[in-house]
Amino acid sequence: MRPFPALAAFLALLVGAFPAAAADVRAAVAANFAEPAAEIAAAFTAATGHRVRRSTGASGLLFAQISQGAPFDVFLAADQVRPQRAVEAGLAVAGSRFTYARGRLALFSRDPGRVTGPETLATGGFSRLAIANPETAPYGAAALDTLDALDLLPAVAPRLVRGANVAQAFQFVATGNAELGFVALSQIRGDTGGSAWIIPADLHDPIDQDAVLLTSAADNAAARAFLDFLKGAETARILEFYGYATGERG
Amino acid sequence: MIDLAELWPPVRLTLQLASVTTVLLLVVATPIAWWLARSQARWKEAVAAVVALPLVLPPTVLGFYLLILLGPDGPGGWIAGLAGGRSLAFTFEGLVIGSIIYSMPFVVQPIRNAFEAVGDRPLEVAATLRASPWDAFWTVAVPLARPGFLTGAVLGFAHTVGEFGVILMIGGNIPGETRVLSIAVYDYVETLRWAEAHILAGGLLVFSFAVILTMMLVDRRIRRVQP
Repeated sequence: MRPFPALAAFLALLVGAFPAAAADVRAAVAANFAEPAAEIAAAFTAATGHRVRRSTGASGLLFAQISQGAPFDVFLAADQVRPQRAVEAGLAVAGSRFTYARGRLALFSRDPGRVTGPETLATGGFSRLAIANPETAPYGAAALDTLDALDLLPAVAPRLVRGANVAQAFQFVATGNAELGFVALSQIRGDTGGSAWIIPADLHDPIDQDAVLLTSAADNAAARAFLDFLKGAETARILEFYGYATGERG
Repeated sequence: MIDLAELWPPVRLTLQLASVTTVLLLVVATPIAWWLARSQARWKEAVAAVVALPLVLPPTVLGFYLLILLGPDGPGGWIAGLAGGRSLAFTFEGLVIGSIIYSMPFVVQPIRNAFEAVGDRPLEVAATLRASPWDAFWTVAVPLARPGFLTGAVLGFAHTVGEFGVILMIGGNIPGETRVLSIAVYDYVETLRWAEAHILAGGLLVFSFAVILTMMLVDRRIRRVQP
């Protein structure tokens, strides 16, 4: 029985070590939004003192985890379906859902000069085209839409490889295992080199990404503040840099 | 509502992958296990450690290295080039290579133990009867080490069936080619098709339990027969 008072004292010390004023916001973030989320979180911390703990993953998996009680306060999904479902299932606060970003799709190769436009797909000369899993990832669904709109789907279908999410689709291209891939424009904003074609937005359904406040954090002021920050001017600037269109504001 | 026909291809592919991997592993692992059991070399434990690495390395580490080694910048790309390809990633052959490395310790270790248990004596007797070392290996060592081969084959097979992380990283989720059971379960969970996920997950659970139980029962019987 002796270790327990010591343990209790230790736990009390741990709890006391975190100042109560600067609360943590626990955010479940879609894989494609990892980088901008890091920047937005840093700006948010600078502005408010609240820290943001981010967990990135495929939206579908994050949703499955949330439905099983994962400890998150806000959910930044890659689509609208899952936040909507979260609200319907009572997992998220009704009325908190809004579109924080509209994603842009790009056809990317690590070879400079390889990707010039739709003709890159039409002329062939590649063995693998990486996409995100269309069943789970909106960027994958948008990639299929695009191929369909270009009448290329039957021709390239045997050469498709599917990443678990758009981050993995990018990784397949970055390692050269696939010559071409549909990636999020946000992923190639940095110094990635290679060549890319930004897909015209009219070739696929819009990739509207919604955020919601989760029910367990309904009274969490820091979480609400973070969602407000997502609608703000500073976030808009970061979104623009990463090639996202901003969602409907308001 | 549940399309059972849709559940079959991942099952079949997984059984194919595990079978091919197990056969190749027995071929590759036997000489390694023999050398580890018989060699006097001081650095043999270093080799044994390399073989055992997949036991402790996260599958993501293996998957990351494999993705690079199988791709156009690595030897895999060169081999794929011989057949007009570009990369061994996203192919059944690539999965077999990954699975061999991933399941290697589960096959080498039991066979090595079995060879060590045979000891010097039967081989010396065989030599006095003028059996060549090659002869003695096949007619004395291998038959005596049979339980080790059985354990290694079953564990190698079962461990390959349970492979997930490596395949997620190098497979590309191609139906019928690289979409194995564990990946199918992952997809079903993600797309909220939990009924399908339950069927496959439950099947894997029963299969794994049966394998482990069988191994334990066989092990007990062997120990009773060979005190």
